Amino acid sequence: MIVRILEEGQFEVADEELAALNRLDDEVEAAVESGDRAAFARSMAALLDAVRSTGTPLAAEALQDSDLILPPADATLEEVRDLLSDEGLIPG
Amino acid sequence: MSIMKRISLIFRSKANKALDRAEDPRETLDYSYQKQIELLSKVRRGVADVATSRKRVELQAAQLQQQSDKLTAQAQQALSVGREDLAREALTRKSGLTGQLEGLKEQQAQLQGEEEKLTLASQRLQAKVEAFRTRKETIKATYTAAEAQTRINEAFSGISEEMGDVGMAVQRAEDKTAQMQARAGAIDELISSGALDDASQVSGGDDIARELAAMSSQSDVEAELAALKAGTTNQGALESGNVTPSAEETAPTHEEGTA
Repeated sequence: MIVRILEEGQFEVADEELAALNRLDDEVEAAVESGDRAAFARSMAALLDAVRSTGTPLAAEALQDSDLILPPADATLEEVRDLLSDEGLIPG
Repeated sequence: MSIMKRISLIFRSKANKALDRAEDPRETLDYSYQKQIELLSKVRRGVADVATSRKRVELQAAQLQQQSDKLTAQAQQALSVGREDLAREALTRKSGLTGQLEGLKEQQAQLQGEEEKLTLASQRLQAKVEAFRTRKETIKATYTAAEAQTRINEAFSGISEEMGDVGMAVQRAEDKTAQMQARAGAIDELISSGALDDASQVSGGDDIARELAAMSSQSDVEAELAALKAGTTNQGALESGNVTPSAEETAPTHEEGTA
C-alpha cells in the first residue's frame, strides 16, 4: 500500500500496518472534529511518524498514485479542515 | 470516513476531472505534460522567491545586529564617563531591538525550511516529469487511442497527485512568504524612517551620541587641563581621560535594505 505525506513524498507501507494507522487516523479525525489543538498536534505527529518508520520511501520517479494521503507535517488544524473540503487547499 | 481516505479521494477526483477533458486520451498526455512543465517552472520560481525573502530577512537581521552592537558600545562609553543614565537609555533601546532581532531569526529559520522543502519538491517533480515524458512517448508510439486509455490512466493519476501536492506546497509557501514580507516591509520602513537608527547616529538627532561626544570632549579638555596643571611629568593622564567619539560612529548604511 502506498501512502503519501503531502510535501514530503510517498512511502510503501506493508498492508499489516493499516490497522495501526487507522487507529491513529481516528484520533486525528476526532481531534479535528472537536477542535482540540493539542490532541491534533500529538496525533498527527504520531500518525506521520508511524508512516515514516514503518514505510520505505518510494523512488522519486515512480508514477503511482497513493492509496492514502496525509496532510503535511506542519499543517494546522484549520488547514486540515480546509483540505477535507472540496474547495480546499488542493489547486486545480 | 478517515482523514487519509478523504484526502486521497479528493485528490483522485481532481485527477479524474482533468483526465476527462480531452477527446483523444493521447492528447491528454501532451496537455498534462505541458501543465507539468509549467508547474515545474512555478515551483522553481517559488524556490527563488523564498530565497529572496530569506536574504532580505538576513540583511535586516544584520542591520539590527549592527545597531544593537553600536548601542552596547555606547552604553560602555557612557559608563566609562560615569553617565549611568545614558548607559541605561542605550541599553533600553537595545532591548527593543533584541525582540525584533529574535523575530527575524525565527523568520529566517522558517524561510530556510520552506526553501529546502520546495527544493526537494521540485526535485521530486522533475524526476516524475521525466518518467512521465518517457512513458508518454511509449504510449503514443505503441498504442491506439482505445488501448492507450488504461496505460494513460496509470501514468496520469500518479503524476497528477504529485502535481496537486506540489501545487499546494507552492501555494502554502507563497502565503507564508507573503505574511513575512509584510512584516519585513514594516521593519524596512522602521529602519528607513530612522526610528531604529536614532540611537546610533552621530549627526542628526542622536541624543545619546551627542551627549557622549560632548562629555568626551569635555573630559578631553579636563584631561588636558589636568595634564597641563601637572606639567610634563604626568603624561599618563592624557590617555586615561581620553574618550573621543570613535570612528565606528559613522552613519549606518541602510541602503542595502532595498536589495
